[in-house]
Amino acid sequence: MSATQIEIQAIAVVVAAACALPGVFLVLRRTAMMSDAISHTVLLGIVLAYFIVQDLASPLLIVGAAATGLLTVWLVELLSGTRLVKEDAAIGLVFPALFSLAVILISRYARGVHLDVDMVLLGELAFAPFDRLVIFSFDLPRALVVMGIILLINLAFILLFYKELKLATFDAGLAATLGFAPTLLHYALMGLVSVTAVGAFDAVGSILVVALMVTPAAAAYLLTDDLRRMLLLSVLIGAVSAIAGYWLARALDGNIAGAMATMTGVSFLLVLLFAPERGLVAVTRRRARQRWEFALAMLAVHLLQHEGEKASDENRVDHLVEHIRWQPDFAEQVIRYAERKGAVRRQAGRLHLTDTGRVLAQQKVIAG
Amino acid sequence: MDLGTLLHDLFFDYTLRTVALGAMVLGLVSGALGSFAVLRRQSLLGDAMSHAALPGVVIAYMLTGEKNTVVLLLGAAGAGIAGILLMVGINRYTRIKEDSALGIILSVFFGFGLLLLTWLQRRPDASQSGLTTFLFGQAATLLERDVIVMASFGGAAILLLLLFWKEFKLLSFDRDFGQSLGFPMQLLEIVLTMLLVVAIVIGLQAVGVVLMSAMVVAPAAAARQWTDRLGLMVALSSVFGALAGIIGTLISSTGSGLATGPVIVLCASFVVVISLFFAPNRGLLWNWLQRRRQRRRLQTGQILVNLYRLAAQHDDPTHAHNASVLGVMGARPKAVDASLAALAEQGLVRHAGGEQWALTEQGVAAAHRLLYPNEPASPSVNAQHASSERGEQKRGRESV
Repeated sequence: MSATQIEIQAIAVVVAAACALPGVFLVLRRTAMMSDAISHTVLLGIVLAYFIVQDLASPLLIVGAAATGLLTVWLVELLSGTRLVKEDAAIGLVFPALFSLAVILISRYARGVHLDVDMVLLGELAFAPFDRLVIFSFDLPRALVVMGIILLINLAFILLFYKELKLATFDAGLAATLGFAPTLLHYALMGLVSVTAVGAFDAVGSILVVALMVTPAAAAYLLTDDLRRMLLLSVLIGAVSAIAGYWLARALDGNIAGAMATMTGVSFLLVLLFAPERGLVAVTRRRARQRWEFALAMLAVHLLQHEGEKASDENRVDHLVEHIRWQPDFAEQVIRYAERKGAVRRQAGRLHLTDTGRVLAQQKVIAG
Repeated sequence: MDLGTLLHDLFFDYTLRTVALGAMVLGLVSGALGSFAVLRRQSLLGDAMSHAALPGVVIAYMLTGEKNTVVLLLGAAGAGIAGILLMVGINRYTRIKEDSALGIILSVFFGFGLLLLTWLQRRPDASQSGLTTFLFGQAATLLERDVIVMASFGGAAILLLLLFWKEFKLLSFDRDFGQSLGFPMQLLEIVLTMLLVVAIVIGLQAVGVVLMSAMVVAPAAAARQWTDRLGLMVALSSVFGALAGIIGTLISSTGSGLATGPVIVLCASFVVVISLFFAPNRGLLWNWLQRRRQRRRLQTGQILVNLYRLAAQHDDPTHAHNASVLGVMGARPKAVDASLAALAEQGLVRHAGGEQWALTEQGVAAAHRLLYPNEPASPSVNAQHASSERGEQKRGRESV
C-alpha cells in the first residue's frame, strides 16, 4: 500500500471515529435527524464566515459553522416552542430555508470560489491527501489534522462529562434536579455535532456525516445495553465500514464517501440480521423454539391431567387432534419433538409421559 | 425588470411559462399530500425519501439506458418505497427509533446512489450528467413534456386523494376507530405513503433532493395556522404551494445566480412565517393583541371598581378622587393614567380638575355590574336617594 492510500484510510477512520462518538448520543436522545439538519445548515455559517474573512482556510469558518449549527437547534426549539408547529415539522422548515439562503448567497456572491455546493454535499476523499499541513515538522494531510483534533475534542468532552451525559440522556428530569444543566449539555453536544460536520465536509461531504454518525451507533445499539460498550462498538463499526468502503470504492472506481456510507449500511444490515439476541435471525429462531416448547408443554400437561384415568382413550394420538385441536401433521411433529426431548414415550399407539415429562408438566401446572 | 414585462413573459416566454407551470404543479401536489404528512408527524419522511430516491434513479437509468423522465421517476418511486418498507421494518422489529431509522435510510441510500452514480460516470458510456440534476434540481431545464408527466402523475395522485378522502381523514385522526369499523387501515396507510412518494418524486426535477422536504412541509404548516378543518387546510396548502412555486420562479428569473429551487423554498418559508404571525386565532400577533386587550380590560375594570369603592366611603358614587390613590390601591402608576384616559373615552369617568377623577352615571352602573354581575338593578346616582334605593332593593331581593 502506498503512503497516499494509507493516508486516505487513516483520514477515513478518523472521520468515522469522530462522527461515531456524538452519534451514539444522537441515537439515544432521538435527535438523529437534527444531525441531518445541521449538516446542511452549516453551509450557511461557512458562507457568512467566508464573506467576513475571504479566506477558505480560516478557522473562522469552523466557528461560523458551529454557530450556525447552534442557531439551527435554537430556531427549531423556538419554532416548536410556539406550539404551532410540531418538532419534526420545525426541523423540516428550518434547515431547508437556511440551506436555500446559503445556496443563493453562494451562487450570487461567491461564484468561482471553491465553495461549490456539490463539493460540500458530496465530498471527495481521494483528493484529501493533496491538501497538506506541516505541524511540528510532520507533513500531514490537512483533513487528518483537522479531524484528528476534532476527534480529540469529542473524546475529551465525552470523557469529561460522561456521567452528566449519561444521566441527561436517560433521565433528563433527574439530571435537571441534580443541577446537571441538561439544556446546556444538549447545546454543547449539538455544537460538537456542528463542528464535526464542518470538519468532515472536505472529506466525506455533509450527507455522509449523517451516515457515519447514525448508522454505526444504531448498529451498536442493537448489540449492547452498556453505554461504554456502545461507544466503543460504534467507533469500531464505523472504522471497519470506513476501510471496507475505501476498498469497495477502489474496486469500483467510485466515490469513496459513498462507498463508506454504503458499507455502514451493509454492516448495519448484518447486525440487524445476525446480532445475538436482538438480530432478526436470533429473534425468529427464538420464536420458533418457543412455539415448540409451548406445544410440548401443552402436550405434557394434557397427558398429566389424564394420567391415572382410563389412559387407553385419552392417550391415543388421534384423540389429541380432537382434544387439543391440533392438525394431524402438527400433532405428529409435536409428538416427535417431545420424544426427542425425552418427555414422552410412544407405546402401541398410545402416549405415555416419562419421568422427565411428568416433572415438566407439573412445573407448568404450578407456574400457571 | 418591471412587473409588466415579468407577467407578460410568464405567459409568452416558453421557458418561464414551462418552469412556472412545473413549479405550480409541484407546489400544488406536494402541498396537498404534504398536509397529511405534517398532520401525521411524518414531516421528515419527505426529506428521507427524496434522498433515498437517488439510487432508484441511477438504477433505472442503468437498466433502461434511457434518461426518460417517466423511467427515472419510476426508479425514484421504487427506491422511495423500498426505503419506506425498510424503515417500517426497522421500526417494528428492532428497538431502533423512528428518527434513527430515517437517518439510516436517508444517508445509506443516498451514499449508495452516489457510489453508483460515480461508478457510472467513470464508465466510457454516454453522458449521465442529467442525473445529477436530481440532486439540486434544475428547474430551468424543464421541458413541456416533463411538466405534462409531472401533471399526469400529480393529477392521478390528487384524484386518488379525493377518492379516498374520508378514509384518509379517518386514518390521520382516529386510526383505531377506522380499524374497528373494518377499514383496511394498513392498506390505506401504504396507499397514502405511496401518494406522498409520487408527490416527492415529481418535484425532484425542479427543486432537487435537498429542498424537496421543504415543499412537503412548508405549505402544509402554513395552511395549518389558518384553519382547523382538514378540507380547507389541504386546499390552502395546495394554493400556498402553487403560489410559492410561481412567485419563486418569477423572482428567480429576474436575477442571475438565483437558482429556482432555493428561491421557491424561501418563498414557501416566507409564507410560513407570515402565517405564524398573522393568522387569526392561532397567530402569534393575534395572540399578543388578544392578551394585550385582556390586560387592558382587567386594568380598566380594576380602576373602575376602585373608584366605586372609594366613592362608597363617601356615600356619593360620583365623588371625585385623586388619581394617585388609585395607584396605591394596586394598579401600576403608568397603567392608571392610560386606563383613566380609556375610561374617559368610553364616558365612564370624567376629569374633575387637577388630579381628581370621578365616575359618571354610566360609570357607576358599569362598576356596579362588574362587582355584582347577578344583580338586576343598579343604584341611582343621587346620593340622597341612595339609602332609600338600597332599602327598596333589599325588599325587592327578599321578595324574589
